[in-house]
Amino acid sequence: MTSSDLWSDGNALAGPFHDVFCVEVTTAIGRCTNCGREGPMAEARVFDHAPGVVARCPGCGQVLARLVRGPGRAWLDLRGLAYLQLPVPEQP
Amino acid sequence: MSTVSRGFRGRRRPTAELPPGQYLVEDFPVLSAGPTPSIELEDWELTITSETDEQRRWDWAAFRALPSEPVTVDLHCVTHWSKLGTTWEGVSLDTLLDGLDTSASFALVTSYGGYTTNLPLEDLTDGKAWIAFRYDGQELEPEHGGPARLLVPHLYLWKSAKWVRGIRLLDQDEPGFWESLGYHNYGDPWQEQRFWGD
Repeated sequence: MTSSDLWSDGNALAGPFHDVFCVEVTTAIGRCTNCGREGPMAEARVFDHAPGVVARCPGCGQVLARLVRGPGRAWLDLRGLAYLQLPVPEQP
Repeated sequence: MSTVSRGFRGRRRPTAELPPGQYLVEDFPVLSAGPTPSIELEDWELTITSETDEQRRWDWAAFRALPSEPVTVDLHCVTHWSKLGTTWEGVSLDTLLDGLDTSASFALVTSYGGYTTNLPLEDLTDGKAWIAFRYDGQELEPEHGGPARLLVPHLYLWKSAKWVRGIRLLDQDEPGFWESLGYHNYGDPWQEQRFWGD
């Protein structure tokens, strides 16, 4: 497999995911269910010249997350992530 | 009275030829859900597997020895662009499926790189689909699905899987990569079937 020029780094996830969840996903830590690699989502390879946004593991290429936006609806698939550690404000 | 030339404007097509919600492009946008696979022709293969596991397999030489035909079709991408009058060369699915004993109603298309898409088997037959290996007179570029891609131009372009590797014939429908995440299971551009429920 060789990479094309079509992917961006994981910072390209910021806008689409913030629109849906109001969370900063690029600083979230995820674990790939295929190779076990752990790292910030900003390191993912993001293919967004597509009908949806596809984030792939920079280690093995597995799909970590997919996001599709339709009119008034969004669909999210996180099956490629064993977990996603999200930054949240400290509780008082 | 002089005649004022308005100049040559090329062949203009009325927008009435476009499905609803589409706009015309002259370039050929490249969309992909993953990296472009590097496929050596000596490693390439295409399989068709029936619901009873009867399998046909072609290597590149055997595939290219099959009768092929020129195809001129309009393309409609679900991301709203359409490209008209594209010229291809490919092997009809009628040729590949000829004589295969099947009662399946559905097909799941698989690609190098892991992409999948599903469609009714009847949408692959009767001159409606090809495995295309040449575009605009040239060998099909990898970014557009080369060495060979499925071409099903009467459906949105995500159904025309790039880097096609196999077709499984199924009794039960099985949603593909985009069909399982919000995109319409059939994808008729003239009915504007973009998303679930359209």
